Amino acid sequence: MLYSIILAFLFAVAAGLVGSFALMKRMILAADVISHVALPGLGLAFLFHFNPLLGGGATLFLGTLLIWKLQRNESFSTEVAIGVVFAGSVAIGAALTPTEDLVDAFFGKFEQISGFTFIIGVLAVALIVFFIFRYKSALILNLFSPELAAATGINLNRLNLLFLLSFSLTVLIGLRFMGALLAGALIIVPAATGRRLSNSIGVFLLASTLASVLAVGIGFLINTYVFRSLSIAPTIVIVSVLLFCLSLFWPKT
Amino acid sequence: MTTGIILSVKALSIQFDNRSVIRNLSFAVDAGDNVAIIGPNGAGKTVLLKALLGLLPYQGEIHWSPGVRLGYVPQKVAADRQMPIRVRDLLAAKAHVLKLAAGSVEALATLVGLTPEVLNASIGIISGGQFQKVLIAFALLGKPNVLLFDEPTASLDELAQEKVYELVERLQREQHLTVLLVSHDLSIVYRAANKVLCVSKDTVCFGPPREVLTPATLEAMYSAPAKFFLHQHGEESAPPQTVTSHD
Repeated sequence: MLYSIILAFLFAVAAGLVGSFALMKRMILAADVISHVALPGLGLAFLFHFNPLLGGGATLFLGTLLIWKLQRNESFSTEVAIGVVFAGSVAIGAALTPTEDLVDAFFGKFEQISGFTFIIGVLAVALIVFFIFRYKSALILNLFSPELAAATGINLNRLNLLFLLSFSLTVLIGLRFMGALLAGALIIVPAATGRRLSNSIGVFLLASTLASVLAVGIGFLINTYVFRSLSIAPTIVIVSVLLFCLSLFWPKT
Repeated sequence: MTTGIILSVKALSIQFDNRSVIRNLSFAVDAGDNVAIIGPNGAGKTVLLKALLGLLPYQGEIHWSPGVRLGYVPQKVAADRQMPIRVRDLLAAKAHVLKLAAGSVEALATLVGLTPEVLNASIGIISGGQFQKVLIAFALLGKPNVLLFDEPTASLDELAQEKVYELVERLQREQHLTVLLVSHDLSIVYRAANKVLCVSKDTVCFGPPREVLTPATLEAMYSAPAKFFLHQHGEESAPPQTVTSHD
């Protein structure tokens, strides 16, 4: 179980970092949608008994490219498209997934992972952390003004694609133990908490990441010592929501 | 320093969804020029600047001379002012993308007159005048030799406007900048520009302000009687060469 626990914490780090930028890009709802896009793939994997991460990853990747395309096409409402893709994914996923696997697909299952999966997971997190810190400045400029970022010589299309891919990769790492419905939650909630506690980008990134790691840590503790029968993903998300509620009492910075 | 023609535009046309915004526009800018771009709302002034920056697709030819570095001050920035980004973070981000030396942000802040308090403030809480200064500082990072300015003072009160123009004029002198300035304010155009480019549907004019900005062209361009008349220090109909002496 040690591999699974370590990877859960690494997922928390990636989710905190990616979530901070997603919040500033006003892409928070996209987190939910992108994780739901994994459902049809998960369903197929359960149905035909192959690795769920492979199935989920495949549809996630396609969904990411679709959203990226839609973002470039300004004449078409991204919001509408996301709504349609969201509904379609959940329905197709629910229809494909065998009933006995539905709860696992939606809410995750904490289980032992192989050394190979662990190494792939660690590499993926390393890639995400590297991307965020390598492109932090470009991301900030793009947030402030896409036009000024472009005038500075930043390739916005490429930057947006790389960000979306890091985003989906983060979802994919959390997909198995958080489930398709809750994998996006750790991208959303800790970033909202971090935002409450900061007014500079450095503090924001740190606070979101800490909130995310704390939620996973406390979630595991509660699961191990208090409510053993709870599943892990809902516990973690409830803890992160409680942390957000606590942050509301923090004096506004 | 670059000399001679720094920008040449030939037969430039820009369209959006089959709607022609700029049609067959040609002009040239010399190094050190201060070109005012004027025209009614919706005539395509901002679109022209964006095309010059390479941010929009166009037909025709836009040629910047080699070694040109562009700084751009947009009319407005639709940035979410709630973002937890300090002025310092923003300027440092551009300095980082351009791989500028450490300390370039501080040096520029001093040049433009941004105090440490403003540098450390969040972009959401600074005043309109300070925000404008930040945009100018942002444009000047990386030592541009051409500054494209889109109505830099549209949202400011008169005192703040005056300060911005003083700053731009001082920078132009000290940094030997070529300036392209979109402005509605004809008194600023007279004061600062040595060339005027009119952009409007039917009228296109280009030349020194005193030759170009006649009541007739203004009326044709804005399709309304001009409210601004040149205060001539000579006879009404004096030819252009006689009014150059008192400058």
